Amino acid sequence: MNLLSAAIADVPWIVWAIVLPLAAAAAAFVRPNTNAWLGAIAALAVSAVVAGLTRQVWQLGPQRYGVGGWGAPLGIDLYADGLSVVMLLMTAVIGVFVSVYAIAYFADRPSYFWPLWFFLWGALNALFLSGDVFNLYVSLELITLAAVGLVTLAGHVTAVAAALRYLLAALLGSLLYLLGVALLYASYGVLDVASLGRAMTPGTVSVAAAALMTAGLAMKTALFPLHFWLPPAHANAPAPVSAVLSALVVKASFYVVLRLWFEAFPAVISSNAAQFLAILGSAAILWGSLQAFFAPRLKALVAYSTVAQLGYLFLVFTLALPGETPTAWLGGILFAISHACAKASMFLAAGSIERVAGHDRIAELDGIGRRLPVTFFSMALASVTLMGLPPSGAFIAKWMLLEAAVENRQAWLAVIILAGGLLAAGYLFRILERAFRPSTAEPPLVVPRTMEVAALALALIALSLGFFTAPLLDLLHVGGPQVGNFVLEVTS
Amino acid sequence: MTFDSWVPLLAVLSSLVPGIWIFALSEERRVLRTVLNLTGALAKVALVGLMMWGVYYGRQYEFRVPMLPQLDLVLRADALGLLFVSLSAILWLFTTIYAIAYLEGSPYRSRFFGFFSLCVSATVGIALAGNLFTFVIFYESLTLSTYPLVVHRGTPAALQAGRVYLRYTLAGGAVLLLASVWLYQLVGPIEFDEGVSVAALGDQSRGTLMAIFALLIAGLGVKAALVPLHGWLPVAMIAPAPVSALLHAVAVVKAGAFGIVRVVYDVYGIRFSEQLGVTTPLAVLAAITIVYASVRALFQDDLKRRLAFSTVSQVSYIVLGVAVIGPSSTVGGMVHLVHQGLMKITLFFCAGNMAETLGLRYVSEMHGVARRMPWTMAAFAVAAFGMIGVPPLAGFISKWYLGLGAVEASQPWVLAVLATSTLMNAAYLLPVLHLAWFKEPQGPWHENLPSGRLETHWALLMPPLVTASLSLGVGLFAGAPFSPLRWVTLIVERAYAP
Repeated sequence: MNLLSAAIADVPWIVWAIVLPLAAAAAAFVRPNTNAWLGAIAALAVSAVVAGLTRQVWQLGPQRYGVGGWGAPLGIDLYADGLSVVMLLMTAVIGVFVSVYAIAYFADRPSYFWPLWFFLWGALNALFLSGDVFNLYVSLELITLAAVGLVTLAGHVTAVAAALRYLLAALLGSLLYLLGVALLYASYGVLDVASLGRAMTPGTVSVAAAALMTAGLAMKTALFPLHFWLPPAHANAPAPVSAVLSALVVKASFYVVLRLWFEAFPAVISSNAAQFLAILGSAAILWGSLQAFFAPRLKALVAYSTVAQLGYLFLVFTLALPGETPTAWLGGILFAISHACAKASMFLAAGSIERVAGHDRIAELDGIGRRLPVTFFSMALASVTLMGLPPSGAFIAKWMLLEAAVENRQAWLAVIILAGGLLAAGYLFRILERAFRPSTAEPPLVVPRTMEVAALALALIALSLGFFTAPLLDLLHVGGPQVGNFVLEVTS
Repeated sequence: MTFDSWVPLLAVLSSLVPGIWIFALSEERRVLRTVLNLTGALAKVALVGLMMWGVYYGRQYEFRVPMLPQLDLVLRADALGLLFVSLSAILWLFTTIYAIAYLEGSPYRSRFFGFFSLCVSATVGIALAGNLFTFVIFYESLTLSTYPLVVHRGTPAALQAGRVYLRYTLAGGAVLLLASVWLYQLVGPIEFDEGVSVAALGDQSRGTLMAIFALLIAGLGVKAALVPLHGWLPVAMIAPAPVSALLHAVAVVKAGAFGIVRVVYDVYGIRFSEQLGVTTPLAVLAAITIVYASVRALFQDDLKRRLAFSTVSQVSYIVLGVAVIGPSSTVGGMVHLVHQGLMKITLFFCAGNMAETLGLRYVSEMHGVARRMPWTMAAFAVAAFGMIGVPPLAGFISKWYLGLGAVEASQPWVLAVLATSTLMNAAYLLPVLHLAWFKEPQGPWHENLPSGRLETHWALLMPPLVTASLSLGVGLFAGAPFSPLRWVTLIVERAYAP
């Protein structure tokens, strides 16, 4: 037994977390007709690997792995700390349930979903484990390519047009980011995030690099007003793809912003810049909610809701910047995770409705709660999280963000945070209310059981996340150099 | 953890688990649904009884799980919480029996009883919340679980009422959340049993503390229906009668009033609230609510709407009682939490019986209805006289102590408010009794239910008769051990102990 646990502790899980999904992608590509259940099994295997890495990080602290034995600054370093592991876990949980859902969803047609999806998963894992800015760039590009490919799977013209728009926007974002990387490399000669953080000195070049990289990433994260590509892409993709895009892909680029702002750029970031991001984030909350309120279609509503909810994430920087506690930082990450689970559930449920009802026009969904009880129930539970009401993780996250806003005397942000919740209730009850309207007695609709269960499970996870905040925060604190260093930089 | 620490959690789960189970049942599983409902309700009453016994003899019931590093979810049975939770548990039992009969044969009963149980779970959570954080969690949950009940009928009017309800209560919840976070940021977690930590902040943050107090009251005042935040309550009377009972007596408005009591007693503390000078404005607000809503009640022909305005008015007695500082007025206010619940639920049960049996909804249609439904109207009469404050009924005890408190605190204007309100209570309730008992029926009744030996279904008749007897009993036997009055006296003695 001891031998086994010692063996588990020694495996370089950090590498397998990237290699395994890529291998699954390759296998799915050469054998496209294999039973789709293999996809779910592969998803479980990847999750097991992530669990192994989590255990390592939890017990031994942050893990660094020099690929090919070279190590930074010459070689490529993979790096896993609490934050990376939490993001990997989020990806794994959503990955498993999306895979389960996709089995039935794509059952009736041959599809490149599986290879692209595992390729995307591998790229996401690579991003969360990258320790240097160039590696981050490469993973970002891989993510974009896989994601755009997945959007086109819907097959109709609107989806292809949306995918093309998405591709152009994302490539522009990558380009800006790459420019920033070049500037940094020219000035400091290193790419490693931690080394950059140590070497960083204020100056025009550093500021320009920070601005370019942030702008590129904001484009990829669909921060208002750069969100124009998101609603069509997310609303027109197949449901499992929408779920992955809204839950994970936009979080990936946000994760890079978070890493850079807290670890590489603390020396050059001004509080005005952070305030500027918060203003854009607030505008996103208001504008996204407004658009969601008037969206005629269910998936479009959910997509605009993503625009709004992403706005919350960009409030973190101004709330964490002058503070001494990482409350806002932790709250932001918790918010991202809760949103990921709830939004994935929402898109999966919307996909089920669209699949069996043949449309997703909100005005024609009267009585849907009785025709599709489990699916609708998942949607209602996910809505509670999106409104930020207890006991969801989003409620705890909002509590933390509010606490930071009060502590920093940013009353206007407190108002925005609360107003965002009320606006979310405004657009989400448009859907929920439909369930209570009388409808002509129509027969119940049937959705494959796996599709129902996947959506419900994710909604339940999002809702109960509030009870698991404490261990999650402990994990985030592991090797929290991001917080520790950052506080040092600011207070010294 | 010992068994004692699980009891408060079990009290919440005794309705939560049946509720979730009921959601999964199909419409036809009537027997199992009823068994689940009644088992949950009886188990809750038993658990609450156990906790009352234990707390009286000094036992501790506390359940605690960490949510954030310094912030726990705490369920704790204290005397004040038990006052509220025993009211809710007992009334829930009777409301459940009533609702089973009331909704017999109507569609979507699984959904209804599922949310009904969630609603009561949230109320128990509110009552047993051991700190402000836990209170906020359950307060928001109550909003969500009540909405489906308000819109249950699915008519355009019901959906509109649901929208109004959400607008008010979600906004109120947001304000309460802001105030709670602000307070937490200043003084850390606000535990309800640890004496008062807010007072330790001293004078330099008086302005901030006053602002937070105002926000707390605004957030809670929505559910407590303080004027001008009462707009949702008369609209929500569109819901079925058992839901009105839940809104007006068991859960929602009580949760708001109870929250205000908590804020004044356990968050700010009576002495500090008085020092801060926030209690007088609160008393004035309550007085305005009492008078204004009574005036509005006078002009409502729709019986349930008249009763709704009466609730707005009567719930503010509780607020008035805690805002006028002094032991007697506190006793009067807190005991009214229970007394108003008993009387108002009786009135709504009776109104529901008339609507369900004879299709009567307007006061102007009620000529001679007491001849057709003597028992219902007898219960109605008892509750109405109680509301007016006729001795020895429940309402008399409340008003007596409120008046006594006003004299002790030398605030004679409160007496004037009480007198005005009593006159108006009489003015909007006595005509109903007069019409029902002393006028000739205007024609044959529209019988909606097959009439048997009783005037209506036994399960519709029994709950109002029991609650009417209770509202007589708590007045008549106010001095007996474990009567609401004695229990409240116990709480108040502890609160005013030096």
